[in-house]
Amino acid sequence: MTAIVTTPLPGSILAQMEAAQERARRSFRLKFAATWAALIGLLMLGLIVTGNVDTEFISIWGPFILGGAGLTIFVSAVSITFATLLALVGAMGRMSRNPIINGVASLYVSLVRGTPLIVQIYFIYLALPQVGIILPAVPAGIIALSFNYGAYMTEVFRAGIQAVPKGQREAAQSLGLPEQQVMRRIVLPQAFRIVIPAIGNDFVSMLKDSSLVSLLAVEELLYRAKLVGIQNFRSLESLVIAAAIYWVLTIVFSYFQQRLEVRMARGDR
Amino acid sequence: MTIPIVHPVVAPHLGDPVVRALGIQKYYGRNYVLRGIDLEVRRGEAVMLIGRSGSGKTTFLRCVNFLEEPSAGSIEIDGVMVVGDPLHERSRAHLEQIRQIRIRSGMVFQEFNLFPHMSVLQNLIEAPTKVLGVSKAAAIERAEMFLGKVGLAEKRDEYPARLSGGQKQRVAIARALCMEPKVLLFDEPTSALDPELIGEVLRVMEDLAHEGATMIVVTHELHFAQEAADRVVFLQEGLIVEEGPPEKVLNDPDDERTRQFLRRFLTIPTAGGGSD
Repeated sequence: MTAIVTTPLPGSILAQMEAAQERARRSFRLKFAATWAALIGLLMLGLIVTGNVDTEFISIWGPFILGGAGLTIFVSAVSITFATLLALVGAMGRMSRNPIINGVASLYVSLVRGTPLIVQIYFIYLALPQVGIILPAVPAGIIALSFNYGAYMTEVFRAGIQAVPKGQREAAQSLGLPEQQVMRRIVLPQAFRIVIPAIGNDFVSMLKDSSLVSLLAVEELLYRAKLVGIQNFRSLESLVIAAAIYWVLTIVFSYFQQRLEVRMARGDR
Repeated sequence: MTIPIVHPVVAPHLGDPVVRALGIQKYYGRNYVLRGIDLEVRRGEAVMLIGRSGSGKTTFLRCVNFLEEPSAGSIEIDGVMVVGDPLHERSRAHLEQIRQIRIRSGMVFQEFNLFPHMSVLQNLIEAPTKVLGVSKAAAIERAEMFLGKVGLAEKRDEYPARLSGGQKQRVAIARALCMEPKVLLFDEPTSALDPELIGEVLRVMEDLAHEGATMIVVTHELHFAQEAADRVVFLQEGLIVEEGPPEKVLNDPDDERTRQFLRRFLTIPTAGGGSD
């Protein structure tokens, strides 16, 4: 019996294998992009063929609608910031041993999650004036979105804090760090890393849900689209423009979110 | 707040008692884990706790710095005495007393528990600056000294994820040392390590023991206990069954249960052993 001697594959073959893999990757990406281009092209063609699309309307009012994106982004960004702070406080409350604090936090989450966002928006803008709290539309919208997302994110934050290994807290405690600092210096920074992808997702959702504040006559993206569409009997064009802008916004933010996640994964875990 | 710092390794061999555990009991519901443990550890003494999984040795060690609240009994470290709070009333005064116990003791965990979001140096200076109020410069100087001591001076700016298990555990030991504790508590410090990495950690611990550090070690490494212990304590079912110098307890124990444990343990050729 002769022994089987395995010799390493020659470099030329390895190079060929690599090249084949690279070709396959590139071909996939190309076909993928072509599919998107074809489908979107078909969609637009269909619109033009069947819908007597007014390109002049688009060129006149498109920039006006796009101008509403600024307010959309502003409302979303401010709201996600407040929502994050609320969620942090809410998560602490939901984990508190104090029955009153825990009760308040739990009621907040239950109430907000148990009612429609649109009802909350109307409540703050239309119902609160009856008891003397009158808020302009933009702050009212921001408050409603913050409270709503804060409740959902409370549960995310709580899960994130609880996902930090128990040993981390124990190590910090055994070094004599006071409870508050154990939380602030050791647990929260790690929990934050865990929930950042979720915050990113919520921000993308927020971009779209912020369209609800158009109902308060906040002059954001959707409000402008609806306004000029109805006035000119060109709702098809104006809503396609609005939808396209929302879509591009979410793609752009999703891209940055993915980059952030990759960077954090590469970090020090 | 500053607390006078006494370097554990310069203390004269076997001085006054530093740790006094009295009548420590621990119940989970109605099941006992510890049935009354008395243990006194003197300055410079290295005490090794051995016993089967489930004998209560890890639970006892965790009671010493109140990571587990004893159901009964008291712990005294360096003059600070805390009585167990079985009803978990957790008064402010009680929690502060526990913190004082923890400041005076340094814990090394089986799973290292380094802070992953901090560099090695940040891991080491966090508690000295935040708890002891040491200046940052002094804390860094101290951290570098102890890092050198565990042979990892060049790793000060690495993050824990970039270290091997043995290196992580040595950093964890350095982190505990940076608080200049009166006693070091080791909870199976080599059980989570690959066999080839155990030696480097045991060597550091042996050096510490020989330099007169006060330590309580829960371990399955009987050979290490033989080399480094001043006293070996054998636990079974939540009680101390036998204790004495390692030559005596490990080679010629009086108690039949100790003999049985050693017989079984020494026939199994693994170095590690489970956790309990």
